[in-house]
Amino acid sequence: MTSSATSATATAAGPRLVEPRGELSIAVTEALRSNGVPAYRPGAVRTADPWGEDLQLALYLLYELHYRGFDGVDDAREWDPELLRLRQAMEARFLHALRTELPDAPRSVTEAFAPLLVEPPDPVGSLSHHLERKGEFWQLREYAAMRSLYHLKEADPHAWVIPRLRGRAKAAMVAIEYDEFGAGRADRIHAQLFADLMEDLGLDPAYGHYLEHAPAPLLATVNLMSLFGLHRSHRGALVGHFACVEVTSSPGSRRLAKAMRRCGAGPAAEHFYDEHVEADAVHEQVVRHEVVGGLLADEPSLEADIVFGCAATIHLEDRLADHIGAAWAEGRSALRTPLEGP
Amino acid sequence: MPVDPRNTAGPARGEAPARRVAVDPKGPVLVEGPVEIVLDDGTVARSDRFMVAVCTCRRSRTYPWCDTSHRPRVRATSTSEDKDPR
Repeated sequence: MTSSATSATATAAGPRLVEPRGELSIAVTEALRSNGVPAYRPGAVRTADPWGEDLQLALYLLYELHYRGFDGVDDAREWDPELLRLRQAMEARFLHALRTELPDAPRSVTEAFAPLLVEPPDPVGSLSHHLERKGEFWQLREYAAMRSLYHLKEADPHAWVIPRLRGRAKAAMVAIEYDEFGAGRADRIHAQLFADLMEDLGLDPAYGHYLEHAPAPLLATVNLMSLFGLHRSHRGALVGHFACVEVTSSPGSRRLAKAMRRCGAGPAAEHFYDEHVEADAVHEQVVRHEVVGGLLADEPSLEADIVFGCAATIHLEDRLADHIGAAWAEGRSALRTPLEGP
Repeated sequence: MPVDPRNTAGPARGEAPARRVAVDPKGPVLVEGPVEIVLDDGTVARSDRFMVAVCTCRRSRTYPWCDTSHRPRVRATSTSEDKDPR
């Protein structure tokens, strides 16, 4: 594929629903397909593994109704009370699991971000270190296929926080988002740059194409952003999450750009990460001083939420790195089903 | 909470609007874009970003733009090495 005929932002129909992975995702999938009410046992959510494939996929499907929906599914299901009730129960289970695994979260924003402002940051960044030094082409393709579930809607979950901010935090957040969305140029939207990267890697850049392949630890990283973005009550956590991503992105992107160059992935693949080295070196300054600083000045009581958003992000990135690392160390695919092609 | 200088009032009425620059003492200088930088060899680097982070530590691999290379380097702990897939 050479042209932009398969542009990710021009997809006419929404993505297809995928094969469910258990009771909860069957209930969601069937409800969406049949335009009916989700059917599941009482206690099904309470007994589900909060990190498992089933709950994470069910949550992902419900969140997707707020972004691009699914082919053949009525757009109005986004606000279906029965689907929202199920979503709320799964969100509570997910949040409880996160808080249980993060008992020693830092107490202040300064304490939370200090370990991220050294190089290499600990514990994030290990995957990009591996890819930089000895990543193989098939691993770069798997990495991009997984990350496409976020990067093809890059910065979208964070836009929901805008009406919940004021003053400095709002002005700075919008400035960063404007940059993420191409600063007025459709061909520079970061999601489009990622679609171009996917073409270089011989991947299908259609929105949602790799949902079928994506394992639960990846879905959890995207579900976290949707969860924080969709709830005003989590605005502090959303800002903490966003700041964490921006602060760790620039050095990680430099390593991934090097990996793309070493594997001869192509100019668009290199450009996506080169752009993020430069853009996120700016964004991290603006997000820390103005967005986090502005929100703290405006609503000091949100400090613990900002810290939680940062800590939860690192925790889920760690879980994902563990999952991918374990598979690759054995020469296995980190996806649910390996990719076709080169 | 210390007062952030960027949060103080703008120019007095009647003054021409000034380009605002913020200095990170351990990092880059932040300048509102677009920015053109004249380099030692006379060439000009340009950035159209809303804000531009100009490298001051001279360690950037994308000089004159900051790439966060000013960050202090620490040895990777055993924990992060353990997670490194081989």
